[in-house]
Amino acid sequence: MILTLEGTSSSKISSELVRIRRSLGSPSQGMVLTLIIVCDESEFASALEASIVAGREHPSRILLVVTATGRDAGLDAELRIGEGTPGEVVVIRMRGAVAAHPASVIRPLLLPDSPVVIWWPGKVPTNRTSDELAKLAMRRMTDAAASPRPLTALRARARDYIPGDTDLSWTRLTPWRALLAAALDQYPAKIRSVSVESERNNPSADLLAAWLRSRLKVNVSRRNSDGPGITAVRMGTAAGDIAITRPDGLLASYAVPGQPERLVALKRRNFTELLSEELRRLDPDVIYERTVKSLVDGNGSAGNKSRARKASSRT
Amino acid sequence: MLVIFGVTGDLSTKKLMPAVYDLANRGLLPPGFALVGFARRAWAREDFAHVVHTAVKENARTPFREEVWQQLSEGIRFVPGQIGDDESFSKLAETIADLDEARGTGGNHAFYLSIPPGLFQTVVDQLRSHGLAEQHPGRWSRVVIEKPFGHDLASARELNRIVLSVFPSSSVFRIDHYLGKETVQNIMAVRFANELFEPVWNNSYVDHVQITMAEDIGIGGRAGYFDGIGIARDVIQNHLLQLLALTAMDEPNSFEASQLRTEKQKILAAARPSKRMDIHTARGRYAGGWAGGEKVKGYLEEERIPPDSRTETYAAIRIDIDNRRWAGVPFYLRTGKRLARRVTEIALGFKRAPHLPFAQTDTEELGYNAIVLRIQPDEGVTLRFGAKVPGTQMEIRDVNMDFAYGEAFTESSPEAYERLILDVLLGDPPLFPQHEEVELAWEILDPVLDYWASLPEQPEPYEPGSWGPKSADLMLARDGFTWRRP
Repeated sequence: MILTLEGTSSSKISSELVRIRRSLGSPSQGMVLTLIIVCDESEFASALEASIVAGREHPSRILLVVTATGRDAGLDAELRIGEGTPGEVVVIRMRGAVAAHPASVIRPLLLPDSPVVIWWPGKVPTNRTSDELAKLAMRRMTDAAASPRPLTALRARARDYIPGDTDLSWTRLTPWRALLAAALDQYPAKIRSVSVESERNNPSADLLAAWLRSRLKVNVSRRNSDGPGITAVRMGTAAGDIAITRPDGLLASYAVPGQPERLVALKRRNFTELLSEELRRLDPDVIYERTVKSLVDGNGSAGNKSRARKASSRT
Repeated sequence: MLVIFGVTGDLSTKKLMPAVYDLANRGLLPPGFALVGFARRAWAREDFAHVVHTAVKENARTPFREEVWQQLSEGIRFVPGQIGDDESFSKLAETIADLDEARGTGGNHAFYLSIPPGLFQTVVDQLRSHGLAEQHPGRWSRVVIEKPFGHDLASARELNRIVLSVFPSSSVFRIDHYLGKETVQNIMAVRFANELFEPVWNNSYVDHVQITMAEDIGIGGRAGYFDGIGIARDVIQNHLLQLLALTAMDEPNSFEASQLRTEKQKILAAARPSKRMDIHTARGRYAGGWAGGEKVKGYLEEERIPPDSRTETYAAIRIDIDNRRWAGVPFYLRTGKRLARRVTEIALGFKRAPHLPFAQTDTEELGYNAIVLRIQPDEGVTLRFGAKVPGTQMEIRDVNMDFAYGEAFTESSPEAYERLILDVLLGDPPLFPQHEEVELAWEILDPVLDYWASLPEQPEPYEPGSWGPKSADLMLARDGFTWRRP
C-alpha cells in the first residue's frame, strides 16, 4: 500500500503508519532497526531499491530523506507498507526551512529503542560530525566511490572519523580480505612486497593497499589497470608470488607458489549485498578505523588493540 | 440519570456526550436513562438536544443510528442557570423529579462536575440544600469529579472535605480517564492472569522501571489552566503514580474495588521520592524551534504566559518503593510536553544475565531485556530480548516481540469515558481513585514540588521535539541507566 501525504508533519506520519499497519491486520514484522537514507532525486530510485532488498534480511523502518528544491517550507511523505515491501518505507521530501531542520522531522519517526543507521549513497555533508541526522545514528555509512574524487573523500572520512563510521568502499573489500587472509593461512611465508592493481580512482584499492601495508608492514605499490574495480593483488614471497587476479569482475584465479592455480568466484557486489553485510554488525569497525586513518597519518596504529580480535573476525 | 454541570465545556461535547451515545448504541444504558445539562446559557431543551446531536454525530465512536438517538433524545433536558442561584437549583430539582416520574429512573442520580474545583463547594452545598444529595435505601446519588484533585496535599484534603461533607466516600467517583483505558486495565490482566511474568516481576530480576508519558504538542490553549500548575501536578500526581501503583502493587485477593484499592494504597504508602532531589529530579521547559517538521513557539512565547513564569513542562523524578518486592529498584517517572513523539509506556528493565558465555564483542550490541507495556498510541506489549543475527558469526542483538492490542481483538476498544460512565452508573468503583489514594499521591509529590519551588533558577530549557533536558539524561546516567527512546 502506498499512501501520499502532502504538507504533513511527523506526528501525522506516525499515526498513519499505525493506522495502515492495523488495516493490514497488523502483520508480524519485528523490525530491528531504523535505516535513514539521505539522498537527492537522482540517487533516489537505486537507493530505494537497495534498501528494500536489504530490508528482507534486516526488517527495518526505512526513512528516505530527499531534500527537494523550493524555497517555501514544506514536508511531503510517501508511506509504503506491505505488498512486497519488508518493514515500513517512508519517503520524506523536505523543502525550504524544514530541510534546514531535518532531525526535527526524523526523530519522532525512529523506532523505539533500537539501532539507527544512516546511509549517504551519494553526497556526504561536509561537516559530518555536526550534522543533525548523523547524530541520530550509531552507524554511519558513506560511499567514497560515489564521489568524483574518491581518495580525497576517504581522507576527509579519516579526518572526521567517529566510532560507528564505515565506507562502502571498505565493505566491498570483505571477500578480497578474506581470500588474502586465507592465502596467508595456507601459505604462511614472509611477504616481501605487495602490489595492488585496479582501475583509476578506485577507493577500495586504496584502502586495500593501506590495510595490507599496516598488517604486513611492507611497502605496497599501487598500479592502474583497465578494471573493472580491483583486478589483482600480488604478494611476493621468496618462492614466488601469491597472486589473486580478477580481470572480469566475476571470477578470480588464485595462485600460491607450489600449488596448482585455482578459480575463485569473486563477483563485484551490488549495493544490496553491501548494505545487508554492513547491517549485520552494528558495532564500530575498528579495523576500518585504523585503515582509513592510516591514509592520513601514514601509520596503522590508531584504534583500540583489545578489540582487534573481533574486527579481524569480520574479514 | 446523568446530570452534567458545565455541560457547554469541551470535555462534555468531545468526550462525555459521545460516550453516552456510544453506550446507548451498544445497548449498555438502562432504558430509563436521562441526561440533564446545567449551564449558564439561555437554551431551550431543543437547543441543548441540538448541541448533543452535533457532538454525538461528530465525535461518537460508533455509527450514528436514528433509533438510538430517538431513545436518547426523549430523556434529554436542559436547565439554564447560575451555580450560586437558589432558583436555578429549585428548577433543576424539579426537572429531575419530573424525569424520575416520566422516565422511571428509579431516583438514581449521578452528578458530573465538569467545572473548576473552586466551584465545588457551592455546587455540593446547593445539591444538599435542595435534597439532591440525600442517600435513600434502594436508590443512589453519586458525584463525579475530574482531575485536578487539588494542587497539593492541603488543597486536596480541603477538596475531599467539601465533597465528603455531603456525599459518602463510596458515592464519590474521581475520574481519571487514563484508568479507563483498555490497556491500563490490561496491565492487571497481563500481570495476574499469567504465570509467565509474575515470577520475574520483582527486584531479583528487574533492575529499574521507566514510566513515560510524552506529548508532542505544547500547551495549546490551556495557558490559563497550565501556568502555575505545571506538568508534575497535571500528570505525575494522577496518571503516572496510578500507573506506578498498578505496575508495582501486589496481587489483590480479588478484583473487588476494596481489594484493589487496598493494594494500590499499600504501594503508594511505601513509595517515596528519592532523598537526593538535587540529583534525582529534573525539570525543563520547552524552548522555541522546530519540532516534527513544524516551527513551534517556546513556552514563554505562548499566549498569556508571563515572562517570569517558573512553570515546568517536563518533569522527571525517581521514586523508590520500600518493600520486599521492590527495594533497590528505582522507578523513573517522566512526562513532558513538546517531546519527540506522543507515547505512554511502562518499561521494566531487567538485569543482565549473570554470566554471558560469549566473547565480549559478540554481545556488544546486546542491551538489557525489557517488558514494555505500551499504553498509547500503539497499544500492546513488547518483549525485548537478545537473538543471534543470521550469519556465520555469533553476533547477538536485541529484538522485539510484539503483541499489538488493537488487532488481537476485532472489537474496537471503547473510549475510556464509556467505561468510566458505565462504572459510575453501575456503582463499580475499582478504577476510581479514592481520597486516600489521592492524598497518598500528593504526599509523594509534595516534597518534590517544594524542592523545585525553593530553587532560584527557572526550569532548564529543552529543544522542542527532543526527549527533554540534559539534566534528565544526567539523572539516569548517575544511576548507570539511560532513558529508553520510547
